[in-house]
Amino acid sequence: MMKYTEDHEWLRVEGDLVVVGITEHAATQLGDVVFVELPEIETMVATGDEVVVIESVKAASDILAPVDGEIVEVNDKLSDSPGLVNDDATGDAWFFKMKLDDMSVLDAFMSEDEYNDFIG
Amino acid sequence: MAELARTELFDLHVELGGKMVPFAGYEMPVQYPMGVLKEHLHTRQAAGLFDVGHMGQVLLHPKTDMDALIAGFEAMMPVAVAGLAEGRQRYGLFTNDIGGIIDDLMFANRGDHFFVVVNAGCKEGDIAHMTKHLADVATVTPVTDRALLALQGPGAEDAISGMIHAVMAMRFMDVITAHSVFGELWISRSGYTGEDGFEISVPNSGALGLAKALLAHPSVAPIGLGARDSLRLEAGLCLYGHDMDTTVTPVEANLGWAIQKSRRTGGDRAGGFPGAATILAQLENGPAKLRVGLLPDGRAPMREGVELFDTATGGTAIGRVTSGGFGPSIDAPIAMGFVPTALATTGTQLWGEVRGKRLPVTVASLPFRPSTFKR
Repeated sequence: MMKYTEDHEWLRVEGDLVVVGITEHAATQLGDVVFVELPEIETMVATGDEVVVIESVKAASDILAPVDGEIVEVNDKLSDSPGLVNDDATGDAWFFKMKLDDMSVLDAFMSEDEYNDFIG
Repeated sequence: MAELARTELFDLHVELGGKMVPFAGYEMPVQYPMGVLKEHLHTRQAAGLFDVGHMGQVLLHPKTDMDALIAGFEAMMPVAVAGLAEGRQRYGLFTNDIGGIIDDLMFANRGDHFFVVVNAGCKEGDIAHMTKHLADVATVTPVTDRALLALQGPGAEDAISGMIHAVMAMRFMDVITAHSVFGELWISRSGYTGEDGFEISVPNSGALGLAKALLAHPSVAPIGLGARDSLRLEAGLCLYGHDMDTTVTPVEANLGWAIQKSRRTGGDRAGGFPGAATILAQLENGPAKLRVGLLPDGRAPMREGVELFDTATGGTAIGRVTSGGFGPSIDAPIAMGFVPTALATTGTQLWGEVRGKRLPVTVASLPFRPSTFKR
């Protein structure tokens, strides 16, 4: 099941981890992505921390940590193939995986239907 | 905020799915559904059609004779106007008293008058500037009943030659007048992408028809401002207000090539333009700073405003990026900026500070991609 943030991130539960990426809508808005800067693993982050930098042909954008937790894995494929963000935003182009203390915080985020309403 | 102007092709941009943004007082397409990256590559591989109708088109007609107009126009620029043959275009620079650049422009000798194209953001000022300085010798007429299109890329000649056979005989910087079903066209073989191509001034009444006729050619796609910027950056071309302004001289901007021998010290029409003392001295002795190409060693783009350092840690900034982004045809980040002349040699290792981190960047020769003009 996918959850969505107002910052156009998707969150997917994978066992005891949360996988984070950006939506196709966000990828389209950004334009062609040419560089992705990923966080260090084993970093503790707080909600709202800038954890990823995405550079498109147009501009640099940040991805903020959607929840408190620990970055346990990053998608190194994006370093060599940043264009994956445009090609497969909700699949291969995940950014990082987080370990949360309390998975119930995810309940507060939007469902797919709610997100689709949100972006109109 | 002042209301944004629209070019003659506004409705076409919207119809084609263009994403409209404010630019130099106009609503212009920054990209179409193809996207900046593919639009850029398409222009280099086939042909791109650009609406540049926001730019200023100006006619200079002599009040008495062309020689007086030529002399007066030459007194505004460090560039030779005399000697430019009829049917030829040249790159020019208006300078101020301290040698800074008021604007860059293209001017064409069209026999009994000059046709000038200036930057959109500068056109009001340029028209006032020309009207003042050429008061005795020329009538300065802003052209308001014409659109301007640019057709750029290796497929450009093929795409237009079916309509206008005469373009096949044109070389880089030639200008012609051509009659067409879209009205009288003023065509130059030039552009802002480093590619072979044409800039076409067309009566407003024929602009939509001409644009649609060109877009009907299988190799031609509409291209927005985003790709226009990455194309000109790869071609090492300056963007006014970024890589040049009223505080930067042509020599500092690495545009010394635009200043012919005749206007330099020892030339037969040396000096006699605004800022000549500064500009001629810099040509002789070298400027203190210079515009250079910059190739980041990594993949992170270094955009306008990134400060440059000559050490990996500490020290103060020695320069700044004035244009930067990603070069789709280079498949790497590219930038231009100003550095002290001592650090301007190709291969010099510098560092750019991106998000608080010093990242290595190497001074590179311009253009990043060789031009493909038809000489």
